[in-house]
Amino acid sequence: MIQGIPIVHFLIVATIMFFVGVYGFLVRRNLITILMSIELMLNSVNINFVVFNRYLFPDQLQGHFFTLFIIAVAAAEAAVAIAIIINVYRRFANINVEDVSDMKY
Amino acid sequence: MFYLFASIIVVFSILTVTSRRILRSAVFLLFVLIATSAFYFMLRYTFLAAAQLALYAGGIVVLIIFSILLTSHISERFKQIELKKALGSALVAIAGATLSIVTLLQYDFHQKAVATMEEVPMRDIGLSLMNYGKEGFVLPFEVISILLLAAMFGAIVIAKKKKD
Repeated sequence: MIQGIPIVHFLIVATIMFFVGVYGFLVRRNLITILMSIELMLNSVNINFVVFNRYLFPDQLQGHFFTLFIIAVAAAEAAVAIAIIINVYRRFANINVEDVSDMKY
Repeated sequence: MFYLFASIIVVFSILTVTSRRILRSAVFLLFVLIATSAFYFMLRYTFLAAAQLALYAGGIVVLIIFSILLTSHISERFKQIELKKALGSALVAIAGATLSIVTLLQYDFHQKAVATMEEVPMRDIGLSLMNYGKEGFVLPFEVISILLLAAMFGAIVIAKKKKD
């Protein structure tokens, strides 16, 4: 199904996705959208692992398992981050990063 | 087929970070994650694709949408981003992307013949997850299980209401 598509095309798609995530991380001001940008970046790294595994080392499974573990870590991270965000919302009634700076000074 | 999903990923990930309505950008993120799992299906990693669909598209996005509904009004739009900040961030992102893509295009990958595109049998996946010898992954497996337990406790403790 995928015959004839060079590895570089996959990697270019993953690169674009990663840097779109970086742009969102820098530009957005809402904690949840920042979390979504982080998910984009994690996902692009997953694509890289899987593609390297399939194209360069098809007889091993390292990339496959690393992706599996990254997905699990991302799920844990999202759960804790959303708990923190809800707590921040309770305290400040707002989840903009500019308004949550009580611990800064 | 590949190029269809690739363009879906690129367009919807850009929409995810530029849409001014937060719920829409969560739905665009869902499309990106589903297209990623389509990539895994094409590469014949079926188990991984199913895990991606169930955990990312089914779990994390639903969690994000719930927290959006809890913390913001649906009809609310974000303020327009300042042009200076947007330009600076776009410059950083585009510079990084060009650098990486140029490096990728110059590098010569020793690509194996992709004729071996058979599916990984479920039995092999289970055996290497439970194996402690060479190419065994039992240690990260156990570490992940403890991490998930800790994350569950942490989330409960953090989000719990204080009694007073």
